[in-house]
Amino acid sequence: MADTRVTLCGIELDNPIIPASGTFGYGVEFAELYDINILGSFSFKGTTREPRFGNPTPRIAETSGGMLNAVGLQNPGVEAVVSRELPELAKVFRKPVMANVCGFSTDEYAEVAAKLSESEQVGWLEVNISCPNVHEGGLNFGATAAGAAAVTRAVRTATKKPVIMKLSPNVTDITEIARACEAEGADGLSLINTLLGMRIDIRRRRPVIANVTGGLSGGAIFPVALRCVWQVYRAVKLPIVGMGGVESAEDVVEMMLAGATAVGVGAANLTEPFACKRIIEELPAVMERLGIKNLREITGGAHNG
Amino acid sequence: MKQGLFELISNEKIAKDVYRMVLCGDVSAITAPGQFVNIKLEGRFLRRPISVCDLDGSADRLTLVYKTVGGGTRQMAEMTPGAVLDLLSGLGNGFDVERSGARPLLVGGGVGTPPMLLLCRRLVARGARPIAVTGFGSADEVFLSDELRDAGAEVIVATMDGSAGVKGLVTDAMTGLEYTYFYACGPEAMLRAVDAAAPESVAGELSFEERMGCGFGACMGCSCETKYGAKRICKDGPVLRREEIIW
Repeated sequence: MADTRVTLCGIELDNPIIPASGTFGYGVEFAELYDINILGSFSFKGTTREPRFGNPTPRIAETSGGMLNAVGLQNPGVEAVVSRELPELAKVFRKPVMANVCGFSTDEYAEVAAKLSESEQVGWLEVNISCPNVHEGGLNFGATAAGAAAVTRAVRTATKKPVIMKLSPNVTDITEIARACEAEGADGLSLINTLLGMRIDIRRRRPVIANVTGGLSGGAIFPVALRCVWQVYRAVKLPIVGMGGVESAEDVVEMMLAGATAVGVGAANLTEPFACKRIIEELPAVMERLGIKNLREITGGAHNG
Repeated sequence: MKQGLFELISNEKIAKDVYRMVLCGDVSAITAPGQFVNIKLEGRFLRRPISVCDLDGSADRLTLVYKTVGGGTRQMAEMTPGAVLDLLSGLGNGFDVERSGARPLLVGGGVGTPPMLLLCRRLVARGARPIAVTGFGSADEVFLSDELRDAGAEVIVATMDGSAGVKGLVTDAMTGLEYTYFYACGPEAMLRAVDAAAPESVAGELSFEERMGCGFGACMGCSCETKYGAKRICKDGPVLRREEIIW
């Protein structure tokens, strides 16, 4: 019998599948479609101190094997998440959830992290220092080791829960950022956020997305994500939530072999709402075919020899 | 919302760049006119949202009318009977037929016209006597006039060049009409003009279009601001009430 359980920062998951932040809202849309308790966990929509509408539309563009988005951290603000979204979620999800924390200053990151930590439902804090779609904050912190270190330090002191820093691939050397987070006491890393890209409407001769640029996600970015996970796994000792273009149980195994402990599924949820359910159902058969008895044992398995 | 496989029964050109596709499958998730389906196409990452034009629940038949505007819709136009399509169905809120009054006005601009057919059927079934005003560029682009008439609407066509019906915009064709409520679907400039042309005392609903990621409320790709806060065009819309719209 295939054992799909993994342990992420001291919390056991039934399986490594974690819908990625921004593709799963606060869970309720998907709970109408299937029992989301089959998931390992999920990372909810990036949450800031104040409510945010986000960027003007169009926010979405299609690409070959993927999509661009420039939503710009639309969210109802941390107070509404705590008072409204989390109680709604509690009705349909009984596992620890990953709280995605965003901010425009180290103070804001710390404040949002502290407020979300008070909820018993929150198992981990995933700290987004890698959103490419907001012009202050976000990627400003994640683009340098000093910025990443400052946010990690601020959040670390604001919470006792596991802190997972979410890293951007839009940097010269992702391992340098990863090491800075590790040095400041991060408990884990999640990677990658989207890749900065753009499209132009050749009839209108204007960018398709109102924000001009957006974040690329979908199957097209899987090899980039896999490479980042591989490099970071060799650079730090922290557990990694690997994500970026994961669409199948085979992709999950591949991501874990590169070094991931758990695996995020993002854009696939948007084009195929039952994607995570399918991947979880496929996983035991794929493990059996590959001779994997305990999934937790394969993390980093491609680095041996 | 349901995800399901639909078999293509027919796919024919009915006007310039406009096609009618009839599909057979489980249509039970479609509960209101003005809702849409999201179609997976081979080789395309994002699904294509297309409004429901007509429905025959007893025969599991769904009719879509679409215009070829890009690679995805051109791909749809080349599909032949027997093809199987993966659809998310029953998306969006749809029109509220209970608010129509006795003499509702239906305004469709170009490819905003298709949802008016099922809306018309549902209104007539409730005893209303709809007027349908449809607007197109010229005569070769006009479609669904006979279907709307057969469904029980008084139909007024407007064309920009005057080659069919009234010369001008849908708002020109609306001049002098009296109605109890209005429903509109079309380009945003048309929606704005219809809203401006309708008397303040008459309530209405307008269906909006936006580039979507998922089509079911998860990605926040198609949000718009309304007087009652941010709404997702795909989930809280595409139909918004006149009084909540910020132009």
